[in-house]
Amino acid sequence: MIVDPQTRAKRLETLHAEALKRIVIMDGAGGTMVQAFNLSEADFRGDRLKDHNRDLKGNNDILALTKPEVIRAIHDGFLEAGADIIETNTFNGTSISQADYATGHLVPELNRASAEIARAAADEWTQKTPDKPRYVAGSLGPTNRTASLSPDVNNPGFRNITFDALKDSYAEQARGLIEGGCDLLCVETIFDTLNAKAALFGIAELGDELGFDIPVMVSGTITDLSGRNLSGQTMEAFWYSVRHAQPFAAGVNCSFGARDLRTALSDIARLADTLIIAFPNAGLPNEMGEYDETPEETARFVAEWAQDGLVNILGGCCGTTPAHIKAIAEAVEGIAPRKIPDADRRLHLAGLELFTAVA
Amino acid sequence: MTGTQARFINIGERTNVTGSAKFRKLITAGDYDAALTVARQQVENGAQVIDVNMDEGMLDSEAAMVTFLNLIAAEPDIARVPIMIDSSKWSVIEAGLKCVAGKAIVNSISLKEGEEPFLEQARRVKRYGAAVVVMAFNEEGQAETAKQKFDICKRSYDLLVEKAGFPVEDIIFDPNIFAVATGIEEHNDYAVAFIEATRRIKAELPHAKVSGGVSNISFSFRGNDPVREAMHSVFLYHAIKAGMDMGIVNAGQLAVYEDIDAELRARVEDVILNTRDDATERLLETAEKYRGEKGTERKEDLSWRERPVDERLTHALVHGIADFIIEDTEEARASLGRPLYVIEGPLMDGMNVVGDLFGEGKMFLPQVVKSARVMKQAVAYLTPFMEDEDEDGRESAGKIVMATVKGDVHDIGKNIVGVVLQCNGFEVIDLGVMVPAQKILETAVAEKANLIGLSGLITPSLEEMVHVASEMERQDFSLPLLIGGATTSKVHTAVKINPNYTKGQVVYVVDASRAVGVASTLISNDNARAFVTDVRSEYEDMAARHKNAGARKERETLEGARANRLRLNWEGYTPPKPAFLGTKVFESYDLAELVPYIDWTPFFQTWELAGRYPAILNDEKVGEAARKLFDDAQGMLSRIVEEKLLSPRAVIGFYPANAVGEANPDDWEVYTDETRGEVRAVMHSLRQQMKREAPRPNLALADYIAPKETELKDYIGLFAVTAGEDEAAVAAFKEKHDDYSAILFKALADRLAEAFAERMHERVRKEFWAYAPDEALTNNELIAEAYRGIRPAPGYPACPDHTEKGILWDLLGAEEKAGVALTESFAMTPGSSVSGIYFSHPEAAYFGTGKIGRDQVEDYAARKGWSVDEAERWLAPILNYERGRAGKSAA
Repeated sequence: MIVDPQTRAKRLETLHAEALKRIVIMDGAGGTMVQAFNLSEADFRGDRLKDHNRDLKGNNDILALTKPEVIRAIHDGFLEAGADIIETNTFNGTSISQADYATGHLVPELNRASAEIARAAADEWTQKTPDKPRYVAGSLGPTNRTASLSPDVNNPGFRNITFDALKDSYAEQARGLIEGGCDLLCVETIFDTLNAKAALFGIAELGDELGFDIPVMVSGTITDLSGRNLSGQTMEAFWYSVRHAQPFAAGVNCSFGARDLRTALSDIARLADTLIIAFPNAGLPNEMGEYDETPEETARFVAEWAQDGLVNILGGCCGTTPAHIKAIAEAVEGIAPRKIPDADRRLHLAGLELFTAVA
Repeated sequence: MTGTQARFINIGERTNVTGSAKFRKLITAGDYDAALTVARQQVENGAQVIDVNMDEGMLDSEAAMVTFLNLIAAEPDIARVPIMIDSSKWSVIEAGLKCVAGKAIVNSISLKEGEEPFLEQARRVKRYGAAVVVMAFNEEGQAETAKQKFDICKRSYDLLVEKAGFPVEDIIFDPNIFAVATGIEEHNDYAVAFIEATRRIKAELPHAKVSGGVSNISFSFRGNDPVREAMHSVFLYHAIKAGMDMGIVNAGQLAVYEDIDAELRARVEDVILNTRDDATERLLETAEKYRGEKGTERKEDLSWRERPVDERLTHALVHGIADFIIEDTEEARASLGRPLYVIEGPLMDGMNVVGDLFGEGKMFLPQVVKSARVMKQAVAYLTPFMEDEDEDGRESAGKIVMATVKGDVHDIGKNIVGVVLQCNGFEVIDLGVMVPAQKILETAVAEKANLIGLSGLITPSLEEMVHVASEMERQDFSLPLLIGGATTSKVHTAVKINPNYTKGQVVYVVDASRAVGVASTLISNDNARAFVTDVRSEYEDMAARHKNAGARKERETLEGARANRLRLNWEGYTPPKPAFLGTKVFESYDLAELVPYIDWTPFFQTWELAGRYPAILNDEKVGEAARKLFDDAQGMLSRIVEEKLLSPRAVIGFYPANAVGEANPDDWEVYTDETRGEVRAVMHSLRQQMKREAPRPNLALADYIAPKETELKDYIGLFAVTAGEDEAAVAAFKEKHDDYSAILFKALADRLAEAFAERMHERVRKEFWAYAPDEALTNNELIAEAYRGIRPAPGYPACPDHTEKGILWDLLGAEEKAGVALTESFAMTPGSSVSGIYFSHPEAAYFGTGKIGRDQVEDYAARKGWSVDEAERWLAPILNYERGRAGKSAA
């Protein structure tokens, strides 16, 4: 069920005010939590897709249709740990990403279903703890294509996806998420800013059609220790490339884990005239692809960010569990969140780097 | 904050098909590589934004815009700066907006078609996340008077803010720059109208910016560049004062306002500011005098000779004119009384001006070196008088001992740094080349030096620098140590040298232009400590990051890499047979024959002038300096050829050879004769170990030679060429205190050696190995390596082991036959020499070995008869692991 515009506006206002009073907690990783359930191919298919012509194991997003109780259990775990905001399990929920599983036709339905599961969980917990209302953010991942990079080193002008195709695919996903009851959206793990700009464009057009502005958080990720994203942009340039969407919050997630994300975070926190969100991985994966940073370690790193006034919203990405989220919530309790700086009214432009006109 | 900040914003105008005939030709011909070069040059030359315009009737403008912007996205050195998407067609603008990850500027939208389309486009621009240029254009047409211009801008502003919610800081107005002095009276006020409109926009429309296409103003003087340049400068001078924020300009065509000839400036000013009715006629009258004058062709102006002697000295130093320096110096000495007063007074004052201009980027390296030549000649003239007076020691800014390290002979860069430091008052003790560590350290102590500077070009020199640093540590030095030279890098300095010298600070100096700043800071009482702390922590961070990064770079095992080697199809292939076996010697090779083979681009790089030849000669920023340097180089080259100042020599050789094959696929055997019974030498190559999957092979040079088991008769070629001994000529220039000519000479000797290698390779392909007798390539095609076969050099990416040169030398007898010797680091001396290996296979291509794993190092050591430690020392730059630390052999 779509949240009616007045309710949405009121909720977001409350959440915004809250994020300026205390550090608001978001949930941890959906994907790595799903792994812990050791689901089989049959589990992923469920009854609904038992005759599907392609393997579905690994398509976590499809579980909203085939194994909804697993998704619900994950949400409950994070809500119990103290999350104010939970993200839908829709990181790969665009038709572009679902094409790998030949499930592109299910995109509207699976996003709606996923949002409904999260909505139900959040509403139930809001009833349990009325002084701590819970919110649902619809997750939109980066897709497996890049609009500003060529997949073929010998043909740097080539692109395997267009801006318009990305825009339409994101809009389709966003529609399902909003229709399923999300309060806001989160364009996250952005490694190619042009993909994100297409997503933001598509969301804005959807807002035109639905008749209200859809609130959206944007979160970039860096792919090397120089602090740039995959398309080579600095975080400062990234902020000014997405600022036009007037994000509800902006920040960083995923990447190397909290220890190495600090510079990127402070680069954007220094500039952005909006709330700052950060949800790091539980460190870097070990040789087995597992994350072994303990809840205490992760919490210690992010508590430093909080102490230094860098964040308003904190959560976790790959490898973080309800225990991590609980530890983070406890570690930052009572620490004042970042204050939003005044808008900088100089002309800012961006290539891979930020350019500022002084006059 | 990082990123760039700017007051007046230069928008590069040359990637515009409507404004640049050259760019239009490249785009219509589909030559996007060259078009990218135009973009890159603009950025290199300081364009802070680049304007891209594809509005050309014959073009599919949308497609061209998309292609070009996508290509730019793949070039970080261009994509670094924001793009201005410039088109009169909305569809082209929108296509461009869909390609740009950053925040661009749209140029332009306007009220031309009415409010609705204007607002619709503005909303879309905002949604794409771009700033916007709004033309002062409405339903009736383009605004001409200041009031019309302002009124349209004001109306546009209000609509944008109130109806489109456009951020005010992202609004840029272009109040139309039109041509003045056209002979039509109504046009006379156009510049004033722009300037006045600008003033009102800046005062009354908060945060809005003003931009414009500057070259329009001078349209009526097409063909008269001096006048056009003057008009642009004068116009900008007044428009910027009125608040103009940015302009689409050709920076190379901007004269400095103060430098414009006074009469011309006055008349241009009358035209721009429309101060008198006959301004146009008067400018036309004056303009005739300047027509046809262009850059270097301007006749010599000796008016500066009228000025007082100290001003003349400054002029001579800044412009590098040595013609009058002795008489002026004498005049100054006579009037000031003591020679020291001349040096510390007018000469140092002049050099300070040079130093400041260089620091501000207003002078370029070749000009500074010329200034130094003038200075040295003046000082040389004064020295005998000082000896008479028993005066020694003027105040020096600091003393530096400089040397090219042991085993290395390359010194052009070091000499340039030395000259630049001298220009800035440093006393430079240059120990020359191949200097052992102990000699450097002893000299530093004996001379009470403040700094030590090390230079080197070949990779083993990196190790030698680490050694010098360790010795400084052991001997309790605390002097700052500067590191420079082609193979050095900040990363190497941070990771390998810095940890070995904790008692003092090592600093990497990227080029001569940075040397003065670093050296001055290091010996300043006030700033040294903070600077050293910063550098040290930066290097420690870098080293830590390097360690982390290194650990993640996964390598294929040597076994795996060999399994994935390039297996050429030898079936049915007949290796070409050379015209002779054994060696052939060339003495006193004809220099004139080599001149056309010179690749000039690296020559300009030597002088820190960035850009490709020949485009660099017309470059906006460095064009003038490049042209002068090129003229001087041509003069020197004629002298070298006519006076035979160099005597090129070469030896080449061909030998029966086969790769060892399955047993050891990375080596090949060189046989004594065609029976292939007796192995005369085994040559070794290193194999790529990056993670690769077929069909991309892990290459080693041995892959290009037929393995024994094919029973094919394959061959290998070897060569060593040299431009010849240069010491005598260099010494003669230095004798005359002419460092400029000395460096010029050496830089040309290097180029001639490379040209010789290129020419010899061509002859090998056509005559001596003769597998391509009909090849007909231009010099550009040669530079682009469009031929069959390769000639990799030991020590460079395809075969990074310098010691293989030892085998080359044994086989060729290169020392006796070509007069080229090897140092203990396997550098070639004379330095202007090139050697390498010829491969003939059609599929042979250049590649880089990349980093290699411990397993290959161990295997290679065994093949070369080295200890692993020795192998690690020679291969240090390409190890994928930290030496002396246990690690996974393939990781």
